[in-house]
Amino acid sequence: MKEEQDYIQDLAEIRSMMERSSKFLSLSGLAGVMAGVYALAGAYVAYELFDFNPDKVVYNSFDSSSGSILIFLATAILFLAIGTAIFLSWKKANQRNENVWNVSSQQMMINMAVPLIAGGFFILILLEKNLIGLITPTTLLFYGLALYTASKFTYNDVKLLGLIQIVLGLASAWFVEYSLLLWALGFGVIHIIYGIYMHLKYER
Amino acid sequence: MKLSIDDLHKAFESRVRLGIMSALAVNDGLDFTSLKNFLDVTDGNLATHIKKLEKEGFLEVEKSFIDNKPNTTYYMTTEGKKAFEEHLNVLEEIIKSQK
Repeated sequence: MKEEQDYIQDLAEIRSMMERSSKFLSLSGLAGVMAGVYALAGAYVAYELFDFNPDKVVYNSFDSSSGSILIFLATAILFLAIGTAIFLSWKKANQRNENVWNVSSQQMMINMAVPLIAGGFFILILLEKNLIGLITPTTLLFYGLALYTASKFTYNDVKLLGLIQIVLGLASAWFVEYSLLLWALGFGVIHIIYGIYMHLKYER
Repeated sequence: MKLSIDDLHKAFESRVRLGIMSALAVNDGLDFTSLKNFLDVTDGNLATHIKKLEKEGFLEVEKSFIDNKPNTTYYMTTEGKKAFEEHLNVLEEIIKSQK
């Protein structure tokens, strides 16, 4: 014969199972902080060393050799950030006894991949058409869309982060002269703040 | 008390079966390995509980091959969904009435 306590426990287990099986909760807040640090460093290098600071949509006041270095730099930052996120999430998943490659993390990846790949191709088109000034706003915009859809499969807080990046992306498309600054704000500062917030909220 | 413990479905007495139903309630379908990882039980244990739910008509099984390896995916039937929701309602009622 079950007691009342057992029924309360039953309900708690049902809720926990529903959450565990539909949301990937090993996403690491520290990975967000690290991604923010990489982004700030990258923006600094691009600005200081390569004088990259678009003020118009059609921007070509830097030569093509530093252009390809900049693309390499941006791609390197991207992979460094993704690598750190995977590594730290893998560590966190191990601690929590969760499988890092489970149904919900797969769902999250697929849902992020669609807007990110679409954005990637769009950026290639912009590069080809020499609309360099729109590249930084585009990265913010599509990254924000990716976070927004991914939030269904992980912490709900990620939804607000996505919305912030979308707004920053639109703002930087309008104010192209501030786009690098807004990019550093979105990918750098906001990531760090959000990462610390998530770390304090879920990882202590 | 309108709803009583008698209304609770026997199939949901076990925590493992309750867990299987909870996971399938929020996923379109899950394979054996995913269920095993979520529930942290042995293969044999999980298979027994799945059999029981299948017999009740709460689960649907779809067998397929992925890279020549057999893969079994489990889905919740409409009947299973209904029974699970009823079970949740009864649980809630019991807890409320005892407060």
